[in-house]
Parts: sequence; structure tokens; C-alpha cells
Amino acid sequence: MIDENASARLTRRALTFAHRVGLFLAMLVICLPGIWIVLSSLRPTVEIMAKPPVWIPQELSLDAYVAMFSGIGKGGIPVLDYFRNSLIISVTSTVIAVAIGMAGGYAFARYRFRGKSGMFLGLMLTRTVPGIAMSLPLFFVYARLGIIDTHFGMILAYVALNIPFTIWLIDGFFRQVPKDLAEAAQIDGCTRWQAFWQVEFPLARPGIASAAIFAFLTCWNEFALASQLTRSVNSKTLPVGLLDYTAEFTIDWRGMCALAVVMIIPALTLTYIVQKHLVGGLTSGAVKG
Amino acid sequence: MATVSLKKLTKRYGNMEIVHGIDLDIADREFIALVGPSGCGKSTTLRMIAGLEDISGGNIDIGGRVVNDLPPRSRNISMVFQSYALYPHMTVRENLGFSLKIAGAARDDMDRRVAEASAILGLDELLDRRPSQLSGGQRQRVAMGRAIVRDPDVFLFDEPLSNLDAKLRTQMRTEIKKLHAKVKSTVIYVTHDQVEAMTLADRIVIMRSGHIEQVGTPDEVFSRPATRFVAGFIGSPPMNLHDATVSDGRLVFGGGDSLPLPGQFKSKTAAGDKVVFGIRPDDFYPTGHRLSSGGETEVHRVELPVSITEPLGNETLVFAEFNGADWVSRMLNPKPLKAGDRIGMSFDLSRAHLFSAETGKSLRN
Repeated sequence: MIDENASARLTRRALTFAHRVGLFLAMLVICLPGIWIVLSSLRPTVEIMAKPPVWIPQELSLDAYVAMFSGIGKGGIPVLDYFRNSLIISVTSTVIAVAIGMAGGYAFARYRFRGKSGMFLGLMLTRTVPGIAMSLPLFFVYARLGIIDTHFGMILAYVALNIPFTIWLIDGFFRQVPKDLAEAAQIDGCTRWQAFWQVEFPLARPGIASAAIFAFLTCWNEFALASQLTRSVNSKTLPVGLLDYTAEFTIDWRGMCALAVVMIIPALTLTYIVQKHLVGGLTSGAVKG
Repeated sequence: MATVSLKKLTKRYGNMEIVHGIDLDIADREFIALVGPSGCGKSTTLRMIAGLEDISGGNIDIGGRVVNDLPPRSRNISMVFQSYALYPHMTVRENLGFSLKIAGAARDDMDRRVAEASAILGLDELLDRRPSQLSGGQRQRVAMGRAIVRDPDVFLFDEPLSNLDAKLRTQMRTEIKKLHAKVKSTVIYVTHDQVEAMTLADRIVIMRSGHIEQVGTPDEVFSRPATRFVAGFIGSPPMNLHDATVSDGRLVFGGGDSLPLPGQFKSKTAAGDKVVFGIRPDDFYPTGHRLSSGGETEVHRVELPVSITEPLGNETLVFAEFNGADWVSRMLNPKPLKAGDRIGMSFDLSRAHLFSAETGKSLRN
């Protein structure tokens, strides 16, 4: 007689194995483009363009990175300027968008006012318009105002782009913080303002951190609007800088990939740092349960 | 000195009036329970006293000071919420000391008062834990600790025990009573559970649809309910209440059965009056199965069929069929009965109640 337990154990092991293989394949599909970018930044153009593709790199070098930083005329691009622009624009617009998102999200979560759902819907509808469709009207308006190719112009555009999303996300997190807590804090002697900072803000922090990451990455990676609204090293961001590697007849794929890696690293680092704050379930134990 | 006085207190949401101008005077150190079914306005009233809801009309006076427009923090009150509302990101110690920290108390003063409160409530072992690591009863105690640390004029409790299981609820009820004896503050306690109200309160306020139906000691609201609603709400199992018409010195019920009109109501009713007859299960009993109070002068005996019994050990609730309905009676010193048995039942009519069918008001007074 076959041992039922043994066969059940065997089935379970087989399932676990199949599960892991499936996961590995999924992760491979997700990670492959990233790995390919890193590899391509280290390989000569001939190898990158080879058909059929060369899967195992024959020759690796850091030439593209050296060239990138070696200044104009020697195959370099003003990468430090672009980096500075990207950082200033992304950080500033993220801070502003999160601050407004917090105020707006809190208001939508806690207060009742006339036209609330209409306003909320309106905010969400702005997300349905593709960014590229707005680039031309925005270009005209900016040209009239004389804010093309300025940090201010880019920050303004990105703040507007991010606010609906930050409000929506932060609203959801404030809704999860029980209203009783703020009321208890007020009875304990807090003003409404203190109750917010002492009790509600710490509990909504994971949501605010995720909103900040998303807003930052949106600005950091945005290309369509930036390519229209920037002109020079005054305001060009890293994604627009990628175009510096295209000439009339050639594209320097290796250089482009190297710049892409330079772009990815800070974003990855930031996400890694902030994700520690994304611990959910902080509110458990506040009310009954 | 912390009296609380409500004068014509009203709450409206838009055109909907939720609390209709109630008046209530609460003495210093008194334990008052607000009871009523859900939606009767008791929690809204409590929240208005706390300052968490604006008032639409009237006055709230705490300790001789009108506080109508003062924020909660300026009223020197503390509140225990139904949901406990502990701050999940703080330890028990920080939860207890939060109000003192906000008030800018000195470190050692804070430590001392937190230690006092935790000693009263037995929280010493738990001070470094977070709310998520506590059981329901422990959370409830922390919530009470947070309230007493402030040394408030008035304690407000908003259904504090309704999230606990039955056993813990009984235990915490005793603790709240002990706590009141120790801290001697004025307490306003909202509950929908009449047993909690009866056991804890000095006086009970019974509310219904935004009105106060009756204010009185537990004994008063039990023995002399002012309205039909109070009679049905207070007491477990509830009072038997049945519509009747006064006719020829008798109360005639819809099904044709009748009882003699109790003597005390003879001068207060006239033939043809529509009334509601009420009798507690303790005063309608299987003959011989009640603790005799000695003064039964007006006992009416009938033989009735048993429809169902609920044995509780020391007593049995017997549902007897009279006038086509089940009337509940309390049988002390119980003997086994089964459905269909006919037994002798006694109505102690001297303890019966009559209410006007029209206004619901008691005809007793």
C-alpha cells in the first residue's frame, strides 16, 4: 500500500519547486532589461549591436564612464550639471507635492465640505490626460511667461503632475488612522495641529513615505515634458541628457547605457533608504482588535 | 468641585435635530450613566460635553464655568473611548504620560503620576509594551490609566466595555466601580447595557430619540419607571407589557382575558381608558416560588399553561400563556416543568404598573 503521507509530502515538494522556478522566471523577465543596461554600458558597441546577440560578454571596460566624466570635446557630457538639475528639480517638487498632498489628503480624509467628491474626482481626472498631450500648450504658456529652461518652470510642472497622486495616496493612509486617536489627543491637551503632528502624522508616515518615493521617481525619470521645456545645462535633467548621445547618424548605445546606470543608482539608493519607513500595520492595536 | 450642568442642550445636523434641548444637573463626584438604544443621542451628548461636537443650542457648564465654545483641552475632562484609542506608536508608559508631556510637566512629576496610575490599575509589568502587544482587557486598563493620569474634573466613558467578552466585562465593571471610589471624580458613563448602568451608576439617565425619558437612582427607574419605554428598557428579562382597556373595575386584554384593576389605579382611570399593563417577571410568578415580601395584599391567582422554560440554575424563567401571548415569570427554587404543563401563577397586582396607551406616561404617580 502506498503511504498517503509520503505521496502528499512528495506533491508538496514538487509544488514548492515549481513555485520557485516560476518565481525565478518572473524575476528574470523583470530584471533582464536592467542587467542588460548594466552589461551594455561595459561592452563595446560592436558587441551590443551584434546579431545574433552575444549573450556572454567577451570584453568589459569602464571606458564609457571615463569618457562621460572627461568633459566636452573628449566624448563627455555635462553629466554633473544634469545631475544637479535633476536633483534640485526632483527634490524640490517632491517636497512641495508631498506637503500639499498631506494637507489635501488630510482634508479629504477628515473633513466634510461642499463639492468634496466632485473635487476628488476632478483631481483624479487630471491623471487621465497624457503628459505628452500637455507639453505643447505648456510650452506656449511657458514661452509667454519666459520660464522655459528654468528650474522654476520644471518644478511647477512636476508639482502639478504629482499632486493628484500624492493627495490620493495620502488620503487613503489618513483614512486608516482612526479618528478616535486625534480626538483622544485633543482631550489629552493637544490642539488640532499638535494632534496631527503627534499622533496622525507618525501613523500615516508609511503612506507619506511611499507618496514621496513615487513623486520623486516620477520627476527623476520624466522625459516627455522635460525634453520640451528644457534647453541647456541650466535646466536639462538626466533623462534629457541621454539625448546627448544621439548624433545625426549614430547613437552611442554604450554611453547612453552608462548614463542610464548613473541615473538608476541614486533612485535605487533612495528607494532602499525610504523603504524602511514603509512598514505597514503600525496602527494595529490602536483600536480594539 | 466639578458639577456638570446641561441647559436646553441641542444638537442639529442640518435640519435633523438629534438632541432636543435636554436639561440635566450632575452633582460633584456623582456617577451618572446615560443609557438608551442606539441612535438615542447619548454618545452625541457625551461628545458635546467633551467638546468633540459643536453644540447647536443651549449651555454646558462644567464646575461653574460655561464651556460651550472651549476646545476639549480647555475643559479639564478625560475620556475613555469605546475603541480605547491608544496611540499605537507609543509604549504604555508614553501613552499614559502623553497628556502630561503635552502640558509640559516636569520629568519626575510625570514619572510619579504615571507610576501612581499604573499602580492603581496594575499596569506596572506592561509599561514598556506597545498597545498591539496587549490583550483587550489590558488595553482597556491603559485607556483608563491615561484618563486618570490627567486628574480631570470629569471622566467621560463612551461605552468602554462593549468590545470586551462577557466575563471580562463583568470584571472591568467592578474595576471601574473601585476606580470611582478611589479617584472620586464626577463620571458620565454612556452605555447601551442597562445592567452596566444599574450596577455602576448613582443615577441613571434614560434617553430615547434625543429626549430624556427619566432620571433617577437605579431603584427608582426599576421600581417606578416614568414611562412605558423605561419600563421595557430597564430590567432583565424585561417587564411584561400588554395593551388593555379599563372596564367595570377590570383590565380587559385584546384576547378577551382580564385581570382585576389594581386598587391604586382605581381613582386614576375611568371606564373605557386605553392603558398598557406592565408587570415584572418577579411579580408574576408560579405560586409559591417567590421570596415573600410579606405585604402581598393584592394577589390574583390563575392557572396557566407553560409554553417554554429557560432554566438558569438558581432560578427558571417560565413563559406562561395568558391572553394568547407568552408572559415571562421568574421561578425561584425551581422545579422541573415541561411545555404544556398547567401551573398556578400569581400576579402581585400591588406591584403592577399602568401606563397611558396614548402618552406612554406612568399612571402610578
